[in-house]
Amino acid sequence: MTAVSEQVSMAGALNRALGDALADDPTVLVFGEDVGALGGVFRVTDGLAARFGEQRVFDTPLAESGIVGTAIGMAMNGLRPVVEMQFDAFAYPAFEQITSHLAKLRNRTRGRVSLPVVIRVPYGGGIGGVEHHCDSSEAYYTHTPGLRVVTPGTPDDAYRLLRDSIASPDPVIFLEPKRRYWAKGALPSPAGSGSIGFDRALVRRAGRDVTLIAYGPMVATALETAEAAAEEGWDVEVVDLRSLSPFDDETVCASVVKTGRAVVVHEASGFGGYGAEVVARVTERCFHHLHAPVLRVTGFDIPYPPPKLEEHHLPGVDRILDAIARLQWDDEVVGSYRA
Amino acid sequence: MARTRAPERTLLPGDEPLSLLRKDGTPVDDSPLSMPDDDVLVELHRRMVVGRRFDTQATALTKQGRLAVYPSSRGQEACEVGAVLALRPTDWLFPTYRDSVALVTRGVDPAETLTLLQGGWHLGYDPYEHRVGPQCTPLATNTLHAVGFAHAARLKGEDTAALVMLGDGATSEGDTHEALNFAGVWRAPVVFLVQNNGYAISVPMSKQNAAPSLAHKGIGYGVPSVLVDGNDVAAVHAVVREALESGGPTLIEALTYRIEAHTNADDATRYRTSDEVAAWLDRDPVDRLEAYLTSRGLLDNARRAAVAAEAEEFAASVRAKLNVDVVPSPDELFEHVYATTPRHLREQAAALREELA
Repeated sequence: MTAVSEQVSMAGALNRALGDALADDPTVLVFGEDVGALGGVFRVTDGLAARFGEQRVFDTPLAESGIVGTAIGMAMNGLRPVVEMQFDAFAYPAFEQITSHLAKLRNRTRGRVSLPVVIRVPYGGGIGGVEHHCDSSEAYYTHTPGLRVVTPGTPDDAYRLLRDSIASPDPVIFLEPKRRYWAKGALPSPAGSGSIGFDRALVRRAGRDVTLIAYGPMVATALETAEAAAEEGWDVEVVDLRSLSPFDDETVCASVVKTGRAVVVHEASGFGGYGAEVVARVTERCFHHLHAPVLRVTGFDIPYPPPKLEEHHLPGVDRILDAIARLQWDDEVVGSYRA
Repeated sequence: MARTRAPERTLLPGDEPLSLLRKDGTPVDDSPLSMPDDDVLVELHRRMVVGRRFDTQATALTKQGRLAVYPSSRGQEACEVGAVLALRPTDWLFPTYRDSVALVTRGVDPAETLTLLQGGWHLGYDPYEHRVGPQCTPLATNTLHAVGFAHAARLKGEDTAALVMLGDGATSEGDTHEALNFAGVWRAPVVFLVQNNGYAISVPMSKQNAAPSLAHKGIGYGVPSVLVDGNDVAAVHAVVREALESGGPTLIEALTYRIEAHTNADDATRYRTSDEVAAWLDRDPVDRLEAYLTSRGLLDNARRAAVAAEAEEFAASVRAKLNVDVVPSPDELFEHVYATTPRHLREQAAALREELA
């Protein structure tokens, strides 16, 4: 049993989750590019091939459509593949297999074929990566019915969400915020989400004045912003979405109804982005509780910038604080009159 | 590191397609293939006749508006039937949209076979019931599913091979090449049966491929390759059976021809001549086997009439089943998206129900 107080990195927590899943369920397989002897370019699969053997943890040819397409066939034949896409933008060759088959085969076969496949995708920027290594590709997947899309913000959630994803009968796109791979935190003692629930959002910090809605790499940034905002006199609540699809309207709306203000934060470009969906859902459900329009702080609508310019693109504490400042605090009186 | 590699000569196909029967039905003298047993040949004949009748019936149903569209495999019965009857009970078939005859030959209910084209759902049959993967509409994507399935079977210690069907056009898709490569590296028990019927809708071989044959593509992946006369059902059956039993991957190119247009919605006169079609009608796979069986005393007029009657009966049952319009409940739109229907879909289902009330 893992000690609750043990500190591990997110990469270490993911490694632990894979190892525990492989040990618990003989149908679980781990494969992809460089996941064997090397242990993955981020070392998330470190030591697994040696521990579980080449039959269960193995390197594949360098072909992402091939990796996902064969994972589909293996899942049809009763196995639970957990595959790795080396980087976000390198997953695009697999897009057809993911959207046309992985996501749809249950529906196509009226529930007769179940595909418990997990696709791990290191995503997002902030690591000084060159082009094609820093995309935030979540909206491509969340726009596809039939996929679950989850992303952890902390090591403990990385462990829980990955165990839940592997146990899930649905295909899961598991987005790993690579800039947080080395951040440390405590591991949960029992496997799985337990009382949290696989597709539930989580209030990471309680607050009264405004809700910051974040996920993956931006959870830490949102918490940092909340501390800075406290000095300005704003009491910020931070909601970590965890499951991007399905979306936990209940937890998010409960928070926004309470605070009356919300800002959605993500690294990806804003236009047509995931945040637009969050804003729409919150506005539709919480309109009469809102004191200001729900704002977004996102990456610019540009291709991901080169490393020396990425700091301008990525949402940071100052930009999020500016958005909070624009939430029509001066209109509070007017709002009260209406109420 | 020790490597097992098939010798080069077995990776390349021969210059001429392998065959057992000439186009007039006389046996080839020095074929390296073994002629299937008599009872198998008789069964191949019966299934080809029934399959062809099913195919013409399905085309007719498009004209009556019972099917949205139907891609015919008329002329390709030797591949559709020869390959499927070569499958062992534990093997799996991964077909495309043109392989409806293969499905009914495998035993899938004809109405369930045609569900996709009838428009009631995207797929009508249970893949696990007949060991038949879902018909693949985006080309070549099923090749990877077959490789994964077969590799999983090996990991589980099961004696299961996968037969994946694809057309000449699909050999240009990236997934075909990734699948051949994965199958080669894993030595997965998969048979890739390319039915080269001359055209990818309207695009001929000359604009699809620069290799000496499609079967030549196997050598680049370490996959043994075979070129076979695709209108010779005895030869197709023999090479597919041998490949299924080999325990590793095989690429088979079967040379055949699509007698009908791509679908009932296509106009084939825009891209090919009637002389060309006539030349292929002269190489008809059913006529060829009938000539051989007759010469061997395995087919007489009474047997021929009995098979024809069975085919008519089958066609009548297909008509009867397809004349009943089956429309699923709109509730089902939301039921199979996830294992457990999430809240937002339950809400949308309720909204649709209200709209329809």
